[in-house]
Amino acid sequence: MSILLVTEQLDGKWHRMSFEALAAAQAAATGLDCPLVAAVVGSGVGQLAAELASKRVSEVVAVDSPELAQYTPDGFASALRQAVEQVKPRLVLFPHTYQVRDLVPKLAASLGGCFVSDIVAMRFDGGAPIFVRQLFQGKLHADVSATGEPPHFVSVQSGAYRADAVAEGPAPAPIRDLAVSLDASVIRTQAEPPYQDAKDAVDLGSAQIIVSVGRGIQDPDNIPQAEALAEALGGELAASRPICDNGWLPLERQIGSSGQTVAPNLYLALGISGAIQHVVGMKGAKTIVAINKDAGAPIFEIADYGIVADLFDVVPKLIEALEDPN
Amino acid sequence: MNIFVCVKQVMARDSVIRLDEGATWVRDDGLTFEMNEPDTYALEEALRLKEKHGGEVVAVTAGPARSASTLREALAKGADRGIHIEDDRFVEADTHATASALAAAIGQEQHDLILTGLQSDDSGFGQTGVILAEKLGLPHATIIMEIDASGSQLRCKRELEAGWFQTVTLPQPALLTIQSGINKVRYATLMGIKRARKKPFQRYTTDELGIEITAQQNVRRLYQPQQAKQTVFLEGGSREVADELLNKLRFEARVI
Ligand SMILES: Cc1cc2nc3c(=O)[nH]c(=O)nc-3n(C[C@H](O)[C@H](O)[C@H](O)COP(=O)(O)OP(=O)(O)OC[C@H]3O[C@@H](n4cnc5c(N)ncnc54)[C@H](O)[C@@H]3O)c2cc1C
Ligand SMILES: Nc1ncnc2c1ncn2[C@@H]1O[C@H](COP(=O)(O)O)[C@@H](O)[C@H]1O
Repeated sequence: MSILLVTEQLDGKWHRMSFEALAAAQAAATGLDCPLVAAVVGSGVGQLAAELASKRVSEVVAVDSPELAQYTPDGFASALRQAVEQVKPRLVLFPHTYQVRDLVPKLAASLGGCFVSDIVAMRFDGGAPIFVRQLFQGKLHADVSATGEPPHFVSVQSGAYRADAVAEGPAPAPIRDLAVSLDASVIRTQAEPPYQDAKDAVDLGSAQIIVSVGRGIQDPDNIPQAEALAEALGGELAASRPICDNGWLPLERQIGSSGQTVAPNLYLALGISGAIQHVVGMKGAKTIVAINKDAGAPIFEIADYGIVADLFDVVPKLIEALEDPN
Repeated sequence: MNIFVCVKQVMARDSVIRLDEGATWVRDDGLTFEMNEPDTYALEEALRLKEKHGGEVVAVTAGPARSASTLREALAKGADRGIHIEDDRFVEADTHATASALAAAIGQEQHDLILTGLQSDDSGFGQTGVILAEKLGLPHATIIMEIDASGSQLRCKRELEAGWFQTVTLPQPALLTIQSGINKVRYATLMGIKRARKKPFQRYTTDELGIEITAQQNVRRLYQPQQAKQTVFLEGGSREVADELLNKLRFEARVI
């Protein structure tokens, strides 16, 4: 039995997490000693299929149909159900994208299989694979096993596997056009093209120093303290999602999967727990400093310097020390 | 409009986590519990839709006896009725089991719209709503930031990655999973809390709903994650750590 990797693309461009998931799928194929089939889904995906075929995979399948030009849960679930039924894999891997969140629970449930979502690692010590997931917003990890009938569906968290670890193939893999029949009438949702909300001119992408506040700031009245620190460091102020949800800072200062991705020299996280959706937006920072009163906060897993303390004790002293070096 | 909102009780954020004996879940004793945060936004959205279009808001939970307090909170905020599928096993249940239970309870009633949060803060599956939709044969849309229910079809603003959005249109009945920040949630008033005591509250056992709790995925072991980086922890008085940090940033990391 094989492993099926389902990649993601939009308008002929890869989703960057597709190759992270491919790296995971190659690792799984080695761990379980079975062939790897990689799928591209969409409309007019021939070129992407050819690119995928240069990687170390046993076969590439192209699930190509005009009905798949625009993502809809009904259309994609129907197409992938047919693909899974033809390929008959034991394991189906996906990158954990927003589209996968929308699609795979439905796909898996319709086939009666389980979906182990958002995994950060896999182990294959003989027998059934063990998947590692984050629980409690990343505070704990869990070893999870799938018990139901295969195929088992698994999605891979952003950053868990490295795209540059993908192995090239010795020779181009065969490409098969996988015929699926799609009736437009099964598609109940109408999707319009993606758009961006009009943004102010805050481009945190070019900031060298970012002071970022999370829910630990506790009250909008405390934001000026963080702002003063940002100013003293000559940096920009940013925030985690709950701060922007509450309207304490504008949305364009949000860092994370639904906000901006930044890679400054210095990222100073004040009262941010370090949930993955935040971390994907800032883990590329050269130096990460975390100030958090909970020593078990996941942000410390990626911090270069950590201070386990009340931010309201430390922040004023940092400002003081910057303004008066003695 | 008959709106069902699925709310889950989770442990309060900033809880101190201790593993249970088998290390497959955390110890319950001494913890406080609250409504899963995205679900508070889903509930608020349901209440607003009802205020606009009329109808009824029913809050549904699957959980142990203690989760009744989360349903009471929903009633105090303005939900009209509560449905509690009571079983201790829902604490550690997988999405297949939970969605089956919710589908059994909601499926036997007239429903126009079902709202869930997009993800639970404890298990973090991010699946229950979509599976529930599939089990009930409904169309769904996830990570919703705006709902317009004034036409014959629902028009919704879906959040995509990295600040992108998309409008989707779907027929009713439908299921939507709600993203945090879609609205500003209300607090329960004293009057609301008083009124909640008289509101209908239906309790089911899994037997009464004719469902079994079977798992498709099992947690074998919970543990502390390993450090990805070698973090240097700075300790001492506040001014001391402040000076030390600035030193490190100037002379070791050379970033300021
Ligand atoms: C689909 C999806 C997309 C998302 N997109 C994003 C996104 O783009 N960006 C984002 O940030 N999040 C996003 N999230 C939310 C994310 O999962 C977390 O909920 C969020 O990042 C948590 O923010 P936080 O760390 O500020 O709050 P919390 O998790 O509540 O953490 C607060 C921290 O502050 C600490 N603290 C409290 N008081 C103090 C004090 N006095 N001194 C020091 N420390 C203190 C606590 O110990 C805790 O660690 C998304 C979630 C989903 C499901
Ligand atoms: N036990 C439960 N009772 C009621 N609703 C639930 C339960 N578990 C999950 N949900 C709903 O499903 C959403 C997603 O949860 P999850 O799939 O666990 O991430 C939550 O935000 C809730 O709205």
